[in-house]
Amino acid sequence: MPCLANSSCFIVKCYVFRQKYGLVLSESGGCLLLFYGTGTLTGSSQIISEDIWKDSLVKEHIMEAVYNFKEMMNKPERLAPGHRMCAGCGGAVAVRGVLRALHEGDRAVVGNATGCLEVSSFMYPYTAYEDSYIHNAFENAGATLSGVETAYRVLKKRGKIKEDYKFITFGGDGGTYDIGFQSLSGAMERGHDMVYVCYDNGAYMNTGTQRSSATPQFADTTTTPAGKVSDGKVQTRKDLTAIMAQHHIPYAAQTTFTNNFKDLHTKAEKAIYTPGAAFLNIFAPCPRGWGYESSELMNICRAAVDTCYWPLYEVVDGKWILSYEPKKKLPIEDFLRSQRRFRHLFSPGNEGLIAEFQREVDRRWEELQARCGR
Amino acid sequence: MAVRERLSGNEAVAYAVKQINPDVMPAFPITPSTEIPQYVANYIANGEMDTEFIPVESEHSSMSAAVGASAAGARALTATSSCGLALMWEELYVAASNRLPLVLALVNRALSGPININADHSDSMGARDSGWIQIYAESNQEAYDNFLQAYPIAEHKDVMLPVMICQDGFITSHGVENILLEEDEKVRAFVGEREPEHYLLNPKEILAVGPYAVSSYYMETKRGQRQAMINARRVILEVAERFQEMTGREYRFFEAYRMEDAEYAVVLIGSAAGTCKAAIEQIRSTAGKKVGLVKIRVFRPFPEEEIAQALAHVKAVAILDRSEMFSATGGPLGAEVRAALYQAKSTAEAVNYLYGLGGRDITVEDFCRVYERLEQIGAEHRITDMYDYIGLRSR
Repeated sequence: MPCLANSSCFIVKCYVFRQKYGLVLSESGGCLLLFYGTGTLTGSSQIISEDIWKDSLVKEHIMEAVYNFKEMMNKPERLAPGHRMCAGCGGAVAVRGVLRALHEGDRAVVGNATGCLEVSSFMYPYTAYEDSYIHNAFENAGATLSGVETAYRVLKKRGKIKEDYKFITFGGDGGTYDIGFQSLSGAMERGHDMVYVCYDNGAYMNTGTQRSSATPQFADTTTTPAGKVSDGKVQTRKDLTAIMAQHHIPYAAQTTFTNNFKDLHTKAEKAIYTPGAAFLNIFAPCPRGWGYESSELMNICRAAVDTCYWPLYEVVDGKWILSYEPKKKLPIEDFLRSQRRFRHLFSPGNEGLIAEFQREVDRRWEELQARCGR
Repeated sequence: MAVRERLSGNEAVAYAVKQINPDVMPAFPITPSTEIPQYVANYIANGEMDTEFIPVESEHSSMSAAVGASAAGARALTATSSCGLALMWEELYVAASNRLPLVLALVNRALSGPININADHSDSMGARDSGWIQIYAESNQEAYDNFLQAYPIAEHKDVMLPVMICQDGFITSHGVENILLEEDEKVRAFVGEREPEHYLLNPKEILAVGPYAVSSYYMETKRGQRQAMINARRVILEVAERFQEMTGREYRFFEAYRMEDAEYAVVLIGSAAGTCKAAIEQIRSTAGKKVGLVKIRVFRPFPEEEIAQALAHVKAVAILDRSEMFSATGGPLGAEVRAALYQAKSTAEAVNYLYGLGGRDITVEDFCRVYERLEQIGAEHRITDMYDYIGLRSR
């Protein structure tokens, strides 16, 4: 068996899934895999042994490689249609994408901080969730799920339930970066076996686009309006993913909707199936708050990544890893231009503001590259 | 056989927790309730119980985690005092409206400011409209006994409401008294196991908890909560009856002390009842005057008719509040008892005093003066000191 750890050039496709890790043992006791692509194993099939599968590096490579867009999109939805989120909303796309990473048949309890998502997806007497779900309040999604997860462990310990469950909670940047920050930090520090997913749309959108600590500098929001003597938000944004990584949890990552959702899917799957606390920060544009045509959603995400405004990376057991480096880093204007909230930056005389924005993006990108050993 | 012990109120409640061995306890320290999670953590560390303790980072999170655990199907509890309860404020309403049968061991302490760590009822009285059942104790024994009755009341299918078991900070929480502890097996049989009807971790059904409900649905949920509170009246008495069968100790909505023939009565909540009883004995034995006490045990649901009935034959009553509500007309207990008397068309004179705020002592002499004043009011039918503070050093 060749060393899969060095075989990232292969596209590995797994036909038989094992429920826990995404692979099922074949009758002979190994995992049936088909390899095809550019490597020496083109077109061949292999049986790998359980021992090799247990090698975490191998597993990681296989899990990253196992992604078939069409197959994924054909999985049963766990966020049912009919919810009231806006067309072109990144939040709903984020939730669907994360829940899609749950393996079929696996049970989960989904949590949710108060916000657009909650009031649009669980309006009595209708719920959009195919899994058990709990909304408690705005600032306590972390604490609430830590209670649910603890209940799970003790009920299991006491033999009152037998089934396995995963725990995933969603919060917007208001509920995560700001009002729910303490609750999130506590839950992560205590190491509950759960994933906290932030869908970051960079303002309090449910109440009508008030600034948050995730709002980028110069954004025009309803509490940092751009005006005759104001350039929009004064401060730069909080780097929450890095802060969560500094909790030394087993898995922290940030992602968005690019490359057929492969990055999001892979990270969501890792976050869900990594034992212990995990944090996933998803860049999730908001058409009303940012002022873009709903059809522009994916382009904005692409621009955020290619300008390095929102770099894709993960921190696995303390190791910082860049998931993507643009071949050509685009100027920040490419990200700012299509959004109404930055319109004032393109007024004559405001070139300096864009330059300042660019400097901050560059500084953070360099800092991240250094952390990732680049 | 029950075991005779000497315990503080905090240890008595922690001992009850150990005997019940609930599923999940999130907690955050705050004086004077800190000892309760400390004792529990120690019992767990020594293998005497196996509750999962969550050392949360705030009281808001302790109640949030308790809500999550209870919704998940676990038997949950937490403990707190004063500002801790105030920080949980929002969550108290969430717990009650989600109909989660969790229990809060509250050690009553004054709310800030100025910051003060001693007993008064401003914390729990502030939470009186949150939809929780509230049961108060005079002594360590009562705190222990009330705690044992909490889950059977909360988890009753006709109730499904959270229960707050209250005792006075330091006075009972840290005061060591003789106490009778029931045997573990008897306690476990009495309290039983939680058997939730709907819960997040039920593999047989998918459940969604905590919806957004527009005005077409919100009001019905409140009516449901009200019905549960009405039902709780019956269930509280049924559980007390069962408790009496086990222990011989009688509990009702309140204790009517020397009220059979009383002409002048005091109504109050909590540990000051002991001092008041001493005053009653002194007055009855030295002056032969007919004085009595109604000590409220259950404040939510409020036993309006029963209180009015207990006071039906008195000439004058003083309602003593251990918390301000700044209505500028009296305290919360005063408002509700006076409403009860009005509703019962009582002819008794009723005066409302405040006492003991921030741990200010109330003495036997203070109570003697209250009874003297009641006699005067009863004769003159004129109240000039409504809403006075007892034991105030200066205005």
